[in-house]
Amino acid sequence: MNKTIGVTRFPGTNCDFDVFEAIQSLDLTPKWLWYGDHFSFSDVTAVIIPGGFSYGDYLRCGALAAKTPVMNSVREFAQRGLPVLGICNGFQILCESQLLPGTLLPNRDSRFIDQWVELKLVNGCRRFGPESKGVSVRLPVAHGDGRFYMDADGQKRIEDRGQVWWSYQEDINGSIGQIAGVMNENKNVAGLMPHPERAMTSWMGGTDGKSFFTSLF
Amino acid sequence: MKIAVKILPRREVLDTQGRAVEQALNSQNHSITSCRVGKYVEVVLNEADREMALNKVREMAEQLLHNPLTETFQLEVVD
Repeated sequence: MNKTIGVTRFPGTNCDFDVFEAIQSLDLTPKWLWYGDHFSFSDVTAVIIPGGFSYGDYLRCGALAAKTPVMNSVREFAQRGLPVLGICNGFQILCESQLLPGTLLPNRDSRFIDQWVELKLVNGCRRFGPESKGVSVRLPVAHGDGRFYMDADGQKRIEDRGQVWWSYQEDINGSIGQIAGVMNENKNVAGLMPHPERAMTSWMGGTDGKSFFTSLF
Repeated sequence: MKIAVKILPRREVLDTQGRAVEQALNSQNHSITSCRVGKYVEVVLNEADREMALNKVREMAEQLLHNPLTETFQLEVVD
């Protein structure tokens, strides 16, 4: 099986090397996917969109990155049922691409939040991370715009369809339903605000991030 | 033709920026009841027909300039 994972890079992406090295540390092969290029679906088994500040968060977080050639490829890749994970700004980009429901707004208290958080698995994702409902993990967050938002009807719809992936154990940013991550209906596209790539070894503070990468294979 | 796109957060969405500005204004003894902060975008395009130009910019606003989940927009012909 091809164990190559594509890692997208936009102007302003800054967690690209963290994700690249996280993949390498598990003896998997990362491959850069440049924002201005399309990519061949046979080259990669999965795509990860790392965090950062693509296009300087101009207009809205992720809005400009969502309109790039690489995201056209990601859209087709996702429509074939292939796995796509967006982390932090990658989550915002997937929402702006309408590959995931909802959007991410500035944190309720207008503060950038940089801390470790406890997360609870609401519904398992078929492709990324642990699968057992109710399991908890500890991961770091680092975001200014992490307040997940949908109107009440939208929230009910994604809850009914089992698209809520992770929730925060404590309300850190005002997200509806304390939602930290969601999936598309098919559960092959997932996004989360916390950073699994920053929780790969004990010296980082925890190893709960590993399973988000190894679960693909 | 130059067209302005005025974008505001929806009323039901918490506007953190508007709230912060509101608090700052009230702290300076400007007694206000509400403040919302949005975006103002000016688009210039080679289109002499007013309706055609408005339609094109409306499409831009719907596809990129605003997010319908959280924002509303209005168009205005500037010149």
